[in-house]
Amino acid sequence: MSDAPYIPVTPSLTLPRDRVTGALAWISTVDHKKIGIMYLVTSLVFFCLGGIEALLMRIQLAQPNSTFLSPTAFNQVFTMHGTTMIFLFAMPVLVGTANYLAPLMIGASDVAFPRVNALSLWLLVFGGLLLYFSFIAGGAPAAGWFSYAPLSEKAYSLSKGVDYYCVGLIILGIASIFAAINLLVTIIHLRVPGLTIRRVPLFVWMVLVTQILILLAFPALNASLVMLFIDRTLHAHFFIPVSGGSAILWQHFFWAFGHPEVYILILPAFGVISEVIPVFSGKVIYGYEFVAASTVAIGVLSFLVWAHHMFAVGLGHGVDTMFAAGSLLIAVPTGVKIFNWIATMWQGTIRFTTSMLFAVGFLVMFTIGGLSGVSFAAFPIDWQVTDTYYLVAHIHYVLFGGTVFAMFAGVYYWFPKWSGHMLSERLGKWHFWLILVGFNMTFMVQHFLGLMGMTRRVFTYPNLPDWGLLNMISTTGAFLMGIAVAIFIWNVWTSVSGGEPAGDNPWNAWTLEWATTSPPPEHNFDRVPPVRSRRPIWDLEHPENPDWKHGH
Amino acid sequence: MGTESIQSVEQIAAYDHNKLAMILFIISEGTFFVFLIIAYVYFHSVTKTGPTAANSLDLVKTSIFTVLLLASSFTMWRAEKSLRQGRPNGFRNWLIVTIVLGAAFLYDQGKGYFHLYHDNVTMSRNIFGTTFFTLTGFHGFHVLLGLIALCVLLGLTLAGDFKTSHSSAVETVTLYWHFVDWVWVVIFSVIYLWAFL
Repeated sequence: MSDAPYIPVTPSLTLPRDRVTGALAWISTVDHKKIGIMYLVTSLVFFCLGGIEALLMRIQLAQPNSTFLSPTAFNQVFTMHGTTMIFLFAMPVLVGTANYLAPLMIGASDVAFPRVNALSLWLLVFGGLLLYFSFIAGGAPAAGWFSYAPLSEKAYSLSKGVDYYCVGLIILGIASIFAAINLLVTIIHLRVPGLTIRRVPLFVWMVLVTQILILLAFPALNASLVMLFIDRTLHAHFFIPVSGGSAILWQHFFWAFGHPEVYILILPAFGVISEVIPVFSGKVIYGYEFVAASTVAIGVLSFLVWAHHMFAVGLGHGVDTMFAAGSLLIAVPTGVKIFNWIATMWQGTIRFTTSMLFAVGFLVMFTIGGLSGVSFAAFPIDWQVTDTYYLVAHIHYVLFGGTVFAMFAGVYYWFPKWSGHMLSERLGKWHFWLILVGFNMTFMVQHFLGLMGMTRRVFTYPNLPDWGLLNMISTTGAFLMGIAVAIFIWNVWTSVSGGEPAGDNPWNAWTLEWATTSPPPEHNFDRVPPVRSRRPIWDLEHPENPDWKHGH
Repeated sequence: MGTESIQSVEQIAAYDHNKLAMILFIISEGTFFVFLIIAYVYFHSVTKTGPTAANSLDLVKTSIFTVLLLASSFTMWRAEKSLRQGRPNGFRNWLIVTIVLGAAFLYDQGKGYFHLYHDNVTMSRNIFGTTFFTLTGFHGFHVLLGLIALCVLLGLTLAGDFKTSHSSAVETVTLYWHFVDWVWVVIFSVIYLWAFL
């Protein structure tokens, strides 16, 4: 069957436009690849801003009784750090990667609605700018990234900061919902013939489940923000207990969004790892069906565990127990995946490229974060360590050690496809080792600080035994990470045009995005290889032993 | 294998992106309304003094306009059916009836708001005002968006569009219009029927 015909290319959905060049070509584009790259650049800019905010906090906390930042400035900085990293870095980096890769991986010429795609991007950019405008419009929001009521209400947050938070995030929420609808229609309708849902790359599976979560979780955030905004501007009473409202309702609504959001941020990272590890282990993924099915299980469970963010509220023993059980249950499908990835590496011919190093780093760091997460599900422990640095350590092990490590693995893996040039492996290894050491210095010690009773979101602390030392270690580690990110940016900057030419398929990978040139032409494929299994390029290159003969 | 692929090519050609996108959008918007409705229900029995649904709202009048809104779902269904049967004039007439019914509903809602405002029942008066105006206000906003979409369809019809019996735009807007009508059934039950029955 090696002479199977190539699949005719579906006609491009974009309208023919006059050739424009320069910045206008980028601003006016509806090409999913250019939009994907603009998502990635936007997320990198906000990653740097959020990182600078983190470093400001670490300078302030490096020594006891420091006066580097005022309490007001500190509150604004930690609020903006969290909000930025979640909504303006992690979401766009994942949506951008999905935007670039999902259509290529399914052999499509673009997303289903290219213009809506451009709308989503620009809503994101301007929503982000609006949020940051608050700094010069009377002060940034300072009530934490989850803006608990009634602190976020007018009586306690007088400046316009929380109003910018509401409107900015509603715009970002609408952008995310549009992007989700677009990607869902694309993945459901535009797969090339033969690419059944059981054959799509696992990255596409993860994107599919993530977009369903976005579709159902973001309305909860938008509804909550609308209510908070109405409270603040029209003097309504949703979340004000003294006039008949309920502060707890805000917590329920916010976490009804907030917990699925955690999986929205990690599932695409799982997808990246599920592409990188098999390729660099020289083996097919172990248990494809289990990785896909456990993702669906995580997606369903993620809507049923929101109140584990609220154990300290006092919802009652029965409620707490139920949510603790649900939260522990999520560890099962997540653990299944970790074993899938380890089993994929087992007896493989592993190539330790920078991408693979980050993927292995992800496995270890994310597992540590997962273990501290399981400890939180036991609510007596949660009562002890909630709102301490133990929590800060946990969230950073899953979101930095998890999502960010996975995204670096993905960038080193797909950068050749995006730019046509390889990233420097030498600089990449410096980047990896510096960030691994810096990350663990910064956040491992925060477990101990939390257990010793250091609460988060305090702008300074007294000179208690070891607190100064541990905080200084944490700050030093944070600056090592800053240097590592600078090396990464330098690597990207110099490799975009000066890196070694990549060729179509530098890693000998198997999925459809590697079946076209690097970077791909505007219509993506001149011809799409026939798809008879999960590894169409393998089948093409190994006609004597294709996967579809083994029923994959 | 070969024939299976050819079949799926034909199936893909028959897929309607717009309709699927609208169904997904409706799922998302429906979830948004679920949260507004939960907020209304959550605070339903909190208000002990001042305006409540039972002492400020007009059940009979709103019931009549509810019937009109539901009738507009029926007329929209007739409009779509006329188009499918190749009768563009029938489509145009049923569409006009739908727009009139939808506008009547919005007119009644606006008038109701005016009377409540006149009696000093507002967003800031108490938690009933807060939840009532937020929920019905967002619904009214969705009806308004639907009316704009219907008017665009009418304009296109008058300009000579929709010559064929199948239109993705008409089917998509119809789906949305049914959605805003049936969300109102839930909202009407929760606010009016719960208070008066």
